[in-house]
Amino acid sequence: MNKLRMRFSKTGRAIYISHLDLMATMQRAFSRADSRLKYSEGFNPRPQISIALPLSVGTASLCELMDFQLAEEVDITFLRDRLNRALPEGIEVLEIYEPTRKNAELKWLSVEGIFEYDARKVDIMQEQLTAFFKRESIPVEKKTKRGFGEVDIRPSIREIAFASCGEALSVSAVISAQNPTLNPDLLCAALRALAPEIAPDFAKFTRVETYDAEGRIFR
Amino acid sequence: MDKRLERILPRVQKPARYTGGEYNQIIKDKGAVELRLAFCFPDTYEIGMSNLGMKILYKTMNSLPFVWCERVFAPWGDMYEEMKKAGMPLYALESGDSLDKFDALAFSIGYEMAYTTVLDMLDMAGLPLRSADRPGLLPIVFAGGSACVNAEPMAPFMDLFVIGEGEEMNNELLCLLRQAKAESWTKEAFLRAAAQIGGVYVPSLYEIAWNDDGTVKSITARRGAPAKVQKRIVEDLDAAPYPTDPIVPSTEVVQDKVDIELFRGCVRGCRFCQAGHIYRPIRSKKPETLIRQGIETLKNTGYEDVTLLSLSTSDYRELNALCDGLLDYCEPRSIGLALPSLRADNFSIELMERLQRVRKTGLTFAVEGGSQRLRDAINKNVTEEELLHTCAIAFAGGWNSVKLYYMLGLPTETDEDIRGIADMADSVLHCWRENAKNKNRGVRITISTSCFIPKPHSPFQWETQISKEEYLRRVNLLRSSITARNVTYNWHDAETSVIESALSRGDRRLADVLEEVWRQGGRLDAWSDYFRFERWTAAFERCGLNLDFYASRERGTDEVLPWDMIDVGVRRQHLLRERERCYRSELSPDCRKSCSACGAARLLHGRNCDE
Repeated sequence: MNKLRMRFSKTGRAIYISHLDLMATMQRAFSRADSRLKYSEGFNPRPQISIALPLSVGTASLCELMDFQLAEEVDITFLRDRLNRALPEGIEVLEIYEPTRKNAELKWLSVEGIFEYDARKVDIMQEQLTAFFKRESIPVEKKTKRGFGEVDIRPSIREIAFASCGEALSVSAVISAQNPTLNPDLLCAALRALAPEIAPDFAKFTRVETYDAEGRIFR
Repeated sequence: MDKRLERILPRVQKPARYTGGEYNQIIKDKGAVELRLAFCFPDTYEIGMSNLGMKILYKTMNSLPFVWCERVFAPWGDMYEEMKKAGMPLYALESGDSLDKFDALAFSIGYEMAYTTVLDMLDMAGLPLRSADRPGLLPIVFAGGSACVNAEPMAPFMDLFVIGEGEEMNNELLCLLRQAKAESWTKEAFLRAAAQIGGVYVPSLYEIAWNDDGTVKSITARRGAPAKVQKRIVEDLDAAPYPTDPIVPSTEVVQDKVDIELFRGCVRGCRFCQAGHIYRPIRSKKPETLIRQGIETLKNTGYEDVTLLSLSTSDYRELNALCDGLLDYCEPRSIGLALPSLRADNFSIELMERLQRVRKTGLTFAVEGGSQRLRDAINKNVTEEELLHTCAIAFAGGWNSVKLYYMLGLPTETDEDIRGIADMADSVLHCWRENAKNKNRGVRITISTSCFIPKPHSPFQWETQISKEEYLRRVNLLRSSITARNVTYNWHDAETSVIESALSRGDRRLADVLEEVWRQGGRLDAWSDYFRFERWTAAFERCGLNLDFYASRERGTDEVLPWDMIDVGVRRQHLLRERERCYRSELSPDCRKSCSACGAARLLHGRNCDE
């Protein structure tokens, strides 16, 4: 059976399922959908599934990509519905297809977020945030293999814009998906370190779309 | 999702255990049901979601169309702190609604060390702890589970207890509560009516009188409540509802697999064992039922492992047929089959090899006593010869890890018996040298000891518990007796055992101690992370109660015991007889060799025990 790719969303209560737990959840969902995954050879066989960009706990997504192989041939037109009946609340398969491109070609992610401020005016925040992200460099302390190091996250942010959204601010950004990966939580970490007066009291993000290096939608 | 919760979750460990939303959870229209029930487990999600009783009763109670039963677990420390800081009350996982929206709270209490967590959950739900301080009909707060066979320390907190198996009893109770709610009964009227349901114990209807020495003088049932509450059982387990579509947690829990319950009760009658007595009579399920339910559950959950559950799996008569049937399904799908609770005496090589094909784990034996004399005294019918025979097969089959479990402080134990534990480990090591297929891999022999706890409704319910100082002396004796390098010795601390001993045989006055421990911050006491012995000793002192009176005092056989209003089936005379045989180091035959007329068969109507 050829390699297949699934695009799925992870929203609502499911955003708190960790990457590792999600792998187990997916494996069981396939089993419940009576579609057996292909297992690796060897002493401790594991199902062959891989998720392109592990999502951090608490972040939602409308564009997760997972590659997998099935143990036997099935009609993939029905597989999506079968899986959706077998998945927990908040995880939904959007489409299943045979991939034509390698995951390494995935370069940019568009994300949307909500910044909540408990005791500050959002219109003032909006102005200052916009100014903040116009800086030439935004150095952030980041845990590396050799302790702590500083990275400039500015080159990883291709676009960022803020708009008022009721009591809160909405954020739209296009950020680097890999090489290097920018976790959107780092946007807040940068604010807390460099401009705490405009750092939100609470922020949440949703991945919206995947793009290649040229800015075309990646599938 | 609650705004407060949304802000808390990113900051706590393993947030998925606080969200609900798992596959197979039951969602109902809250406007359309008449009773909302919070099914509370006084420990973490990971423990509670592994509990078979929770899985069964979640389904049976939700099978009533007018009831929506939702789950509630105790938050771990970090979540607890965050919830307190945010002023968030305890909530149910399915709807996310706080517990003030519920008509009843049902606690499943499987072990005494969970008592303080029950109090904490009541408080987090915004309820007064004591039944007397909750005058209205709703919410009704009740509890069941094996720790309720002596419910007395928790009696003042609960409106009622359900004693025994809840499949039928709980639903009868919920039907009554539905009527009471619809007709606006008083709480008192409801409790009096509930006491007429078989297995329901309403503590406020029982008056306890005390002797000057602190023992119970008499127990008097009032207002039509039965003098003795007889435990409820499900007679026909093949016909009983079994959840073949249990909730599949989206995060790792302790027992992340399909449970297959072979039988309830035990034919063995080990004299220290409470479970072996309170779950009688013996009722098995047919292999056909088990295979059908097992496969159905595997299909509905997608789990990769199945485990056979019972108190003594090798006593299941049709074990081979069952394993054949399950392995036919499991093997081609790489599904693992685990058989815990196998006995050392009738271990089958064939069975072992078949299991090995799927997955191989270590061997664990609960030997309990270090000498044949002591094992006879506790009626643990395992000989060293049988154990070594089993080990020889296992070592020859490539196993190289053996765990041996013992208790220290059993009645009649001597230092000689303790040295016998080290001798047995040496014999196992010798056995490995003689039989191991591949000696290059080495062998791991682990001895574990815990401190014996006398339990109510077991033949040792009158016995003394050794002090923690004496336990440590025996631990050190054993340590110095172990010479072989391949033998590791782990011992459990005795402090928790002392408190558990006090609580398991405690009376109603211990409610004050529980409340005091909770007030001083006690919760999740089953976890060494949270248990503080000093908090308990201080609470006993502040309440003017003597810990030794409860934990270690030998009870007189003429004493009224605090749990005497509970009838679990096995008669007091049987327990006494068994205790006397202990002192003569006399074995009792297992139920299949000869029925000892323990009394549990009285609970069956028109069926025979172990049929």
